[in-house]
Amino acid sequence: MRRFEIILTRLLWLVPTVVGLVVIVFAIANVVPTDPVRIIAGENANPEQIEALRVKLGYDKPLYVQLLRYFADLLHGEMGTSLYSQRPIIDDLTSRLPATLELTLAAILLAVALGIPLGVVSALRRNSLLDHGLRVVTVSGLAIASFWLAMELQFLFAMKLAIAPLNGRIAGFGPDTVTGLFIVDCLLSWDIESLGSAMRHLALPALTLALPAAATIVRFTRAGVLEVINSSSVLYQSAMGLPRPIIVWKYVLRSALISTVTQIGLIFGVLLSGAVVVEAVFDWPGLGTFAVQSILQSDHKAIMGFTIWAGCMFVLINLAVDVLQTVIDPRSTR
Amino acid sequence: MTALLEVQDLKLGFRTEGGLARVLDGVNFRIDAGQVMGLVGESGCGKTTLARAVLGVLPHHAAQIDRGRILFRGTDLLGADPRMVNDRIRGRAITFVPQDPFTSFSPVFTVGAQIMDIMKWKSPRRPADNGGARLPALLRPYPGARRRADRAAVLELLDAVQLPQPERILAKYPHELSGGQRQRLMIAMALLTEPDLVIADEPTTALDVTIQAQILGLLRRLATERGVAVLLTTHDLGTAYEICDAITVMYAGQEVESAPIDRFFRSPAHPYTARLLASLPKSEGTVAGIPGEVPSLLRPPGGCRFNPRCDRAGPECTAERPAATRRADFHLVRCHHPLAEAAP
Repeated sequence: MRRFEIILTRLLWLVPTVVGLVVIVFAIANVVPTDPVRIIAGENANPEQIEALRVKLGYDKPLYVQLLRYFADLLHGEMGTSLYSQRPIIDDLTSRLPATLELTLAAILLAVALGIPLGVVSALRRNSLLDHGLRVVTVSGLAIASFWLAMELQFLFAMKLAIAPLNGRIAGFGPDTVTGLFIVDCLLSWDIESLGSAMRHLALPALTLALPAAATIVRFTRAGVLEVINSSSVLYQSAMGLPRPIIVWKYVLRSALISTVTQIGLIFGVLLSGAVVVEAVFDWPGLGTFAVQSILQSDHKAIMGFTIWAGCMFVLINLAVDVLQTVIDPRSTR
Repeated sequence: MTALLEVQDLKLGFRTEGGLARVLDGVNFRIDAGQVMGLVGESGCGKTTLARAVLGVLPHHAAQIDRGRILFRGTDLLGADPRMVNDRIRGRAITFVPQDPFTSFSPVFTVGAQIMDIMKWKSPRRPADNGGARLPALLRPYPGARRRADRAAVLELLDAVQLPQPERILAKYPHELSGGQRQRLMIAMALLTEPDLVIADEPTTALDVTIQAQILGLLRRLATERGVAVLLTTHDLGTAYEICDAITVMYAGQEVESAPIDRFFRSPAHPYTARLLASLPKSEGTVAGIPGEVPSLLRPPGGCRFNPRCDRAGPECTAERPAATRRADFHLVRCHHPLAEAAP
């Protein structure tokens, strides 16, 4: 089966991708002019203590030895200890993953729900007022810096209108952990009050992340629909009197989505990096906040851990997109 | 005989960047029930536009209909309620065989899914849509009993168009089928809804020459068996000769002559028709072209549009387009100086 082959090849490619990623991140971490040992030792340490610590932590070894050691640790699921939380980095990443996953999934769902219908309508009413208006909105949606948008949304909805909380993930304690996604866990335990709180907290950060993503989806869907709407197959279906909604929302949309779905995979990478900023603004306890804190503390190992983690997620999401692609477009499995 | 389809004085144009292209200039045209009518002319003469006007699929932002009527069984398709036309006439009473079977299927659904979608809406077993509590089209159910009956009809017709193993063909995607198979499917789809009229727009130009004759023969045989009228547009007189009962010739957006097939080839009356027949390759291998060029539709010549290329043209030909004169039964010509009747 062709689809199985695609999945297997992509999973195998995950290994060299992650290896390459680690090497690059490792190189960058060592080019940055900060001394991790000095930071770990603290402000009051004298030079002898720092050198002793350097030997103890293995930072005196040649770089390639450090890199090989890092790989060996990775194979055992070791990423070192976070300076910030004093906990194993891998544990921090695992416990913070659901928050980021919930945020990015909500953002991508919102972006798809907004972007695809708007893209279709924009293509059907090409050069109408609506189309031109949407073009302005999408171009600005792509151009606006997310931290600025985040703060404007906070200002408007949290401070002026007071209909959404300023920051955080939920009021009070979270629901019993099953998946770690608060919305899902609230639904599972049928805790309506927490569900409402979780959704209100999620709304603004998800919207901030979703707007640029939705803008990309609108543009790709519009282009895809325009390409198909003038095709012979649509002419044939119109001449045979198929109802217009069937032609547009079933046949045209499915063909048009082929290129959009590829984009959604790439958008996910943008969302992950966007989450770093947005989480910091909204104090969202996810991977992004962890990354920002690690960067501010020059915590090399934590930054590397985050980057590898994000890289793996990106590769896996794109694998899912490739599989989805073979479902939508039968020609791609040829 | 009463006309099944009658196009009366249809004048329409397309808005282009260079101005209005006057694509159809007062065209009259008729097909009787069960008749196979060839609509013949060079590329750009308006035959495809005429076919699309009847089907109601002209590009709505560019097309501009100035006057005329398209009467189908006495109903003017241009003036009738568009929803009624889409629901009851298009795809049911009038169906379509497209020019290019390669691109006329959607590439992302199996041909079976696409045929069953047509049947869901256009099956002769579907009761008339009488308003009431209307669900949106996307949510409308396909009753199981009708679905099974429709599927049986599909399989039967696939057999009739000589597609072996119809079940397997229905499960395939368009790119997995050959051009001939796809065009057989198109013909089957056009006949499934038990129409009165099939509009076939150059149905064989995209196919290999060896397949062309088979497909045309098939179309002719099935149409005759079922008493279905066919409007066949083609630029190929040989094709028309093989399967048509009658031929209408168009030149630059005007119909010039219409005649039963035997009279058409034996005694053409319009100079353009005569030139067209003379341009067919002879057995000795010579080809006689028509001097001059097809006129621009942005600035067409006045009167009969063939007059700049016509050796019989006089001043009245540029002044006024001649009315139709009757040569014989069903033989009409629009010319001020028609050719003399050929000796029988």
